[in-house]
Amino acid sequence: MLIGLHHYLIVAAILFTIGVFGIFVNRKNVIIILMCVELILLAVNINFVAFSTHMEPVAGADPIAGQIFALFILTVAAAEAAVGLAILVVYFRNRGNIAVENIDLMKG
Amino acid sequence: MLQTLSTFLPELFLALSASLLLGFGLSKTQDRSVLVRYISVGVLVVFAFMGYILDRPDGTSFSGLLFNNDFSDFLKAIIGLAAAAALLLSKNYFQKENLDRYEFSVLTLYAVLGMSIMVSANNLLAMYIGIEMQSLALYIMAAFNRDSLRASESGLKYFVLGALSSGLLLYGASLIYGFTGSLDFETIRASIALTGPTTGIIAGMVFLLCGLAFKISAAPFHMWTPDVYEGSPTPVTGFFAAAPKLAAMAIITRLLIVPFGDIIGQWQQVIVVLAVLSMVVGSLGAIMQTNIKRLMAYSSIANMGYALVPLAAGTIAGVQGMLVFMAIYIITVIGVFAIILQMRLRNGMVEKVSDLSGLSKSNPGMAFGLTMLMVSLIGIPPWLGFFGKLFAFVPAVEAGLLWLVVVALVASVISAFYYLRIIKTMWFDEPNREFIRGPRTTRLIAILSIVLVIPVLIMPGISTAALGLAESAAQALFAQ
Repeated sequence: MLIGLHHYLIVAAILFTIGVFGIFVNRKNVIIILMCVELILLAVNINFVAFSTHMEPVAGADPIAGQIFALFILTVAAAEAAVGLAILVVYFRNRGNIAVENIDLMKG
Repeated sequence: MLQTLSTFLPELFLALSASLLLGFGLSKTQDRSVLVRYISVGVLVVFAFMGYILDRPDGTSFSGLLFNNDFSDFLKAIIGLAAAAALLLSKNYFQKENLDRYEFSVLTLYAVLGMSIMVSANNLLAMYIGIEMQSLALYIMAAFNRDSLRASESGLKYFVLGALSSGLLLYGASLIYGFTGSLDFETIRASIALTGPTTGIIAGMVFLLCGLAFKISAAPFHMWTPDVYEGSPTPVTGFFAAAPKLAAMAIITRLLIVPFGDIIGQWQQVIVVLAVLSMVVGSLGAIMQTNIKRLMAYSSIANMGYALVPLAAGTIAGVQGMLVFMAIYIITVIGVFAIILQMRLRNGMVEKVSDLSGLSKSNPGMAFGLTMLMVSLIGIPPWLGFFGKLFAFVPAVEAGLLWLVVVALVASVISAFYYLRIIKTMWFDEPNREFIRGPRTTRLIAILSIVLVIPVLIMPGISTAALGLAESAAQALFAQ
């Protein structure tokens, strides 16, 4: 069986769905939410790189742009994880735990 | 190269100032937070007018990643001024709460830099970088009061939902890239004109719009707004309510008009759904609120719904109406937060609506000012808020969206209830206590906003000039 573009897209779609569901279904730990966010970003990266390598050479098509975007996502994800963990540490110092069901001081 | 420099000059100025101030504030011997704040306000004001001082340089920079035109100049001016006002408001609050750190001013500058990149982005990559640059700074600002459980909780909530929205946005961007072959807005448009709206393109567009709807807190993506507004320090909430909303609205507009301009039939229904849900959720949700910051959160959700109404028309007049409405909303909301910041008793800030009772007897000036702003938010002529809604709703009627405007008017009437309840609390309830006199800068900004809302901006000469600016901004977007 030849691995084509749609195989990559299906894997990325599955990872993306797991990530989104993980954020909403998970009731235990905020760290798991951060992992789900990374999962979403990596799914997007698979998408970008797969599209980039399978792009048809038509006018206006820019196969390199997708790979550049993937590199940018990696760096931004690192910055985002740093900020997110910093906020989490601040929260932990005030609250004493990071269970998701306890983040309910304000009800929205 | 030279063109890149001249069109990128405002951002360059902002980036350099922010980086230099970050180093300058670092001092072992003295606290430079006050000085850094005043310099930052100056930098923001200069940045706001830079596009107009430099005679509005049009054109692309960085090989088409950014495209500066009248549209971005107009938005940068409003964003810069709104951020400067919010930064001035923060001074007294942070000093009283013992939180005055110079990093806050620097973070504001970086957030505005991100917004500035957002409003001139002409490429999905530049758009993403701008949004992230703004969001990362805003997450930290929400949790700036790091010893408060409420502030850190609001920062955490904002971060989690913001990261989720970036994920949705990126997934949409990847689909658009895959099905059109480019990240550049104009090339995407050309490619869509060739292939027509395929399923992949529509799916990508919907993901992009969902991600951006988080940023403007349009329902059904509004869950974070009330909690973040309530938990964050009040000047930060005032900042959140103004500049970031406008920047996100601008990038939505640019996306809809430039790359997706030829498939209005596909995105119009998405925008209509977002608008209707936001108006309903915003006006019904605020009725039960007792905390004034939560109330303003629901009010902002409803107002984002009104701002989406003219956008659904997809015409020049529609974009102009959106810009006028948002500008007026920002002027009003900054005034409201300047007054909320003066709700201070001897032992600290209060933020319940009932704390305002009898304000007309204890602090008549403040009661009068808040009444003016609330009446403007309701949209009663001749207050400025009425003209904002007029300019927002007429283009939608002209585009045949009459029922949408009817929904918007019903929502306005419902929301009048909670604005009027505040006025009633101030003028007809028994006074319980007296607020201590607010600081001068806060009072000045409140007065400035009130003066703009009622006499100044509705004077014929001034209003025509302001409308002309908004109109040329809207035209520039369509000429692109």
